[in-house]
Amino acid sequence: MALFISVLEQGFIYAVMALGIYITYKILDFPDLTVDGSFPFGAAIAAVMITKGAPAILTLPVSFLAGCFVGMLTGVIHVKLHVRDLLSGIIMMTALYTVNLRLMGRANIPLYSNDTIFDNPAVNAVFGGGLDAWKAVIILLVIVIVVKLLLDWYLRTKSGFLLRAVGSNDKIVTALGVDKGRVKILGLALCNGLCTMGGCLYAQEQRYADVSMGTGTMVIGLASVIIGTTLFRKKTNVIGVTTSVIIGSVIYKACVALAVHFLKNADDMKMITSVLFLIILVISMDKKRKVASD
Amino acid sequence: MLELRHIHKTYNPGTVNELVFFKDFNLKIEDGEFVSVVGSNGSGKTSMLNIICGSIDVDSGSIIMNDRDITRDKDYIRMKKIGRVFQNPAFGTCPEMTIMENLSLAENKGRSYNLTRGADRDRRDAYHDMLVPLGLGLEDKMDVQVKSLSGGQRQALALLMSTMTPIDFLILDEHTAALDPKTAEIIMELTGRIVAGKHLTTIMVTHNLRYALEYGNRLLMMHEGEAIMDMKGDEKKNLDIHDLLHKFDQISLEYGN
Repeated sequence: MALFISVLEQGFIYAVMALGIYITYKILDFPDLTVDGSFPFGAAIAAVMITKGAPAILTLPVSFLAGCFVGMLTGVIHVKLHVRDLLSGIIMMTALYTVNLRLMGRANIPLYSNDTIFDNPAVNAVFGGGLDAWKAVIILLVIVIVVKLLLDWYLRTKSGFLLRAVGSNDKIVTALGVDKGRVKILGLALCNGLCTMGGCLYAQEQRYADVSMGTGTMVIGLASVIIGTTLFRKKTNVIGVTTSVIIGSVIYKACVALAVHFLKNADDMKMITSVLFLIILVISMDKKRKVASD
Repeated sequence: MLELRHIHKTYNPGTVNELVFFKDFNLKIEDGEFVSVVGSNGSGKTSMLNIICGSIDVDSGSIIMNDRDITRDKDYIRMKKIGRVFQNPAFGTCPEMTIMENLSLAENKGRSYNLTRGADRDRRDAYHDMLVPLGLGLEDKMDVQVKSLSGGQRQALALLMSTMTPIDFLILDEHTAALDPKTAEIIMELTGRIVAGKHLTTIMVTHNLRYALEYGNRLLMMHEGEAIMDMKGDEKKNLDIHDLLHKFDQISLEYGN
């Protein structure tokens, strides 16, 4: 049961981040590696704010906005300085490592005795008794649903339409008299806002922040997006796709957790993460080929 | 009114691949003109369109649109007043979005893309009525993703989208070249109707000499970055396809290609 709960908790946390990666990878067609830096950036923000005594709930909007700013910088490097997409992300990811270290002052900060959004007097009063083990799952589910609904709403606004347009055909955005560079910057900002918020949630769920916790964020996010969109290929409207990404994230986390559980060594985690991703990638490509040849 | 003044453009200057495209090129297009542009490959037809739209920069010279110098304006700023349909039907629409969403996106051109609802349900009937005259059955596919449409259907939609909002110029860049003859005929007929109905000043590049003669009130033949033939009004009306072919043969002989 504990394994099941932890899969749901982390699945939902990674879902927030995966929704961000869905924006860059699927909508913008931009492989943004900044996320490997912005995820621990969120963790660092959460740890520093909480240890300094700020209310835990405040960490969510702060990390989202800080993440948006970081994504904006990646966008400016790519659009205004004409650096290639992958390189722009790598530059920002590397720079963020220092930012995170400086922010935290050391490589990791434990949060064992501090109030978090999952463990504070108000939450504990609501979730007394039998629901105690499930409180983080329930809170995270609410957060994921709110984020999903907001993203669904945004992607159906005029601004969201432009974002969807720029990824599939940027010529049309120019033809509409809009600067496509600005639309891309906006998409990158949103993606990293969500990834940073994911890191902020992760630090509070794990009760520590570590500078190296971002390694593999991109792989996990991509795996979630690809599992979700491959399994639910028929769902092509916005609402269906965001739901698929969330489910994909939980499934992926479950696969990794099971593998770690049977191999009984958490040190193998990153290897399992990437091998599983490779398998998923190959299977999904195979599916696409089959669909194409139908 | 659109004017190109003393345009110079050289590709790869100073290298062995140096290619002089335009040398003191001048062109003036009056309001209400429908200019067909023909010419062999590499004659500068599409480059001319790219220069007008700002997709490529000029080395020197100026581009004047409605008495305003737009030479330094970025492409997306110029496109606020220009509609453009490309040769590739995929360029004029968003494949991942539905017809309804594409039309909503296009209708908002010139206004702010803000956080209000992207597709206005109240406009659905109006879009329906715009699609019916195309005669391609698109009005029954409003919620279908554009990527599942045929090239001709997409191009018709692209044409509709680029002329939905008030524009000063319509640029057609070999927009029937990628279509089969029957579909090309439908798109051309539709083009003629839209241009006439909205009194659009139009520049159409085409490889189809018959279309160039049949449509428009001015004909331009380009060769090596120059307009070697420029006919308007009755002069153009009296031109027939043999005259054009003859002219084509002449330049081929003169320049040995």
